[in-house]
Amino acid sequence: MEFGLSQDQLLLDDSLRKYLSTEVSLESVRKVAASDVSDNDMWRGLADMGLAGIVIPEAHGGAELGMLDAVAVAEALGYAACPGPFLSTAIMGAHLLNRAGATDPLAGMASGDYRVGVAFSDFVGARKGQVTEVNSQLSGQSLYALDADADAYLVALADGRVYMVETEHLARQSLTTIDVTRSVCELNFSQTPACLVTDDAQLVRDTIYRGRTIQAADTLGAAQYMLDQAVAYSLDRKQFNRAIGSFQAVKHMCAEMASQLEPCRSFVWYAGHAFDEMDNEAALTACHAKAHLAEVGQFVAKTSTEVHGGMGFTDLVGLHYWFKRIGFNRQLLGSPEQVRHEAARLQGLCDA
Amino acid sequence: MDLSYGHEYDTFREEVKSFIQAHKHKQPGPGDGLKSPALREWQRLLIENGYHSRTIPSEYGGFGAEPDIIKSRIIAEEFGAARMHRGFNGQGVTMLTPVLLEMGSETQKQAFVGPTINAEIIWCQGYSEPGAGSDLASLTTKAELDGDEWVINGQKIWTSTAHHADWIFCLVRTEPDAPKHLGISFLLFRMDTPGIEIRPLVDMTGDANFNEVFFTDVRVPKDQIVGERGQGWQVANAILGHERGSLATPDAALNRLNGVARLMREESINGTPIMDNPIFRDRLMKLEGRALAMQYNDMRLLSAKINKNQDVRLAAMIVKLAGTELRHEIECLGIDVMGEIGLGYGDNPHVRGHGAWQYQYMFYLGLIIGGGTSQIQKNIISERGLGMPKEPKIPAASAK
Repeated sequence: MEFGLSQDQLLLDDSLRKYLSTEVSLESVRKVAASDVSDNDMWRGLADMGLAGIVIPEAHGGAELGMLDAVAVAEALGYAACPGPFLSTAIMGAHLLNRAGATDPLAGMASGDYRVGVAFSDFVGARKGQVTEVNSQLSGQSLYALDADADAYLVALADGRVYMVETEHLARQSLTTIDVTRSVCELNFSQTPACLVTDDAQLVRDTIYRGRTIQAADTLGAAQYMLDQAVAYSLDRKQFNRAIGSFQAVKHMCAEMASQLEPCRSFVWYAGHAFDEMDNEAALTACHAKAHLAEVGQFVAKTSTEVHGGMGFTDLVGLHYWFKRIGFNRQLLGSPEQVRHEAARLQGLCDA
Repeated sequence: MDLSYGHEYDTFREEVKSFIQAHKHKQPGPGDGLKSPALREWQRLLIENGYHSRTIPSEYGGFGAEPDIIKSRIIAEEFGAARMHRGFNGQGVTMLTPVLLEMGSETQKQAFVGPTINAEIIWCQGYSEPGAGSDLASLTTKAELDGDEWVINGQKIWTSTAHHADWIFCLVRTEPDAPKHLGISFLLFRMDTPGIEIRPLVDMTGDANFNEVFFTDVRVPKDQIVGERGQGWQVANAILGHERGSLATPDAALNRLNGVARLMREESINGTPIMDNPIFRDRLMKLEGRALAMQYNDMRLLSAKINKNQDVRLAAMIVKLAGTELRHEIECLGIDVMGEIGLGYGDNPHVRGHGAWQYQYMFYLGLIIGGGTSQIQKNIISERGLGMPKEPKIPAASAK
C-alpha cells in the first residue's frame, strides 16, 4: 500500500516546478495580463516537456500518462498561476477526441502546435444562448468557451452530441473575466459547418469529471501558493516591533488555512487515481473534489489576502492573480452548489 | 499510488472474518460494565487471538506479534464493519501501557501491563487541574518525599472514570524550585489510598463523564514513580501525542454522516422527505466532501507508517482540529434535519437514535475543547507545522 505520488511522478513534479520557477514569473503573468505577449510561448515550453500530450497515446506523439500524473501537473501549474490551455486542450480536448476515436488532431495537440478549445456550457448548464444543429451546421451562441486562442473548438450540445468546428468558420469574441491566466470567449455560429465527433453523452460527462478534477488540483496549487505567501509575508512584516506572524490572530488564520488545505492534497490525488484505477468511484470523487476545493480555495484566497493586509489588496504583490484563478475554477464547469447536486444525484439521493 | 493491501493480507482478513463469525455471540452487551466477568472473558479471548494488545510482548501478557500496521487496520475495519466489540480500551490500555513499555522499570512492566490490558486494573489519568489546562505544565499538585513515601496534596479535574478506577497515573510537582517543565514527576498509586476524594463533575450532556479528584496527605510508596524525578513532563508528552489523533476517526465521521442521510430519508415535513429539500441535501453533500477529505488524509497517514520516506507531519497535526470540528457539524445537521423533533433528549419517547444526536453534538464540543483545545491545536500547527514564531513570553510576575 502506498498512498502518494510515485518516484516518477515526484520527478515530473520536481522538473516542472523548476521550469515554472524560472520561466513563469509574476512578471510574465503580468505581461500576459496586459496582452503584451500571448500565452502561446509558455504553452510551447510546456509542450516541449511533454505536458501538452500528457494523456495522449504514445502512438499519437503523447506521453500516455494517467490522471494522477495530470493532477500533479495541474497542482504545479496552479501554484505558478501559469497561463495556458492545459485544462481545455491537454485534458478535456485530448481525452474526448481520443476516446471518440477522432485521433487526427492529437499529434498536433501533443506538439503544442494545435489548440482545441472546449465549449461545453450548453451541456454543463447553459445560462444564456443555446447552440442548435441542422444538417451538420451549428447556429446560435456558446458563452465562456475555454481558450480564446484555440485553432478549433469542441462544442457540446445540451443532448451530449459534440461537434468540432475550425476557428476560421466561426465568429469569436474574447471575453474579459477576472482571471487573465486562462482565456475564454464567446462563439457565434450561423449555419456554421461542423463535424460530429461523438453522440455519447457519457463520454462528455466523463470529460467534464476529468476537467473538474484538474480544476480541483489547480485550486489546490494556487491555494498552497497563497498560504505559503501569507506565512512568508507574516514573518517579514513587522508591526508593534514584532513580526505579525508572531501574533496568535495571524497564526490562527494560517493554521486554519493549513488545516483545511492539507487534506485536499490527499483528496485530489485520490480523485486522479480513481480515473486510473477505480472507475466506479471517479465521477463522484471528481464532483466532491471540485466542490470541496472550491470552498477551501475561496477561504484560503480570502484569508491569505487578509494576512497581507492592505498590501494584499494592491496590485503590487500580485496575489490577486491567484485569488482570481481560484475564483475562476470555482464557477467554471459547475458552481459548487451545482456540482454537489450532481454528487447527490450520482448517489441516488435525488432525481436530476 | 497503490491502495491495495496486497494478496498476502487477504488470508489474514479471512481469518479475522471467521473469528468474528465464530465468536460474535459471545461479545459483552450494554449491561456488562467495566468490571463484569463478561468483559474480562471477552478481553482474554481477544488477546489470545491477537485482536487486542496485539504487539505487546507476550512476557507481559500481550499477544506478542510484530507490529504490522496493515494487520491492525484490517482488524479495525472488520470489527467496525461487523459492529464487533473491540474490547476494553480505557486510558490505562491506550495511554499508560505504551509509556510503561518504553519508560517503566522491569518491575512496573511485570506488575501492571498484564493486569491493565486484561481489564483487571482500571486506570484513570490525573493531569489537568483547575489552574492548569492548556498550560498543563503549570500544575501545582505537589508531592513531597517523607521517608519512603510521597505525600501528595492538591486537586485534579477532568478525570474520567475516576469513580471506577483502581489506580491513577498522575502528574505531580516534586521539584518546586526547578523550571516548570522540569519539576514534574509521573506517579502511580491506588485510588483507595486514604486521603483521596472523588466528586463527579456533571457536564452539559447531563452525565458525569468526568470527575474532580482531591488529594489530602495521600501517602504513596517512593518507588511508584515512572522515570526519574523531574522527568514527568517528557513521559506525559509521549502519551498526549497518542491521545490527539484518536479523538476523531474519519470512519466514525462517515458512519454518522450515513446516519444523517438515513434520517433525511425517514423524516419528513408535511409528507415530503427531508432528503427532497435541496438546502438540507446541499449541507449533507458539503459535509460529505469534508469527511472524504479526512478519510483520504487518513489513508495518507497510514501509508506514511509503511513508507517511511513520506512526510506527513502537517497532515497528522491537523487531524484533531479538523476532525472534531467536522464531527460536531455532522451531529448538528442530524439535529437540524429533525427540527423540533431534534430537541428531544433523555427519556423523551419521541427521540431518534436514543437521543444520540444532541448528546454527541454536545460531547464533541467537549472534545473540541478537551485533549488540547482547537486554539492550542492552531498554535501547534502554525508553530511546528508552518514554522511561525511563538508568542513572545511575558516575564513572569514577581512572587508576592
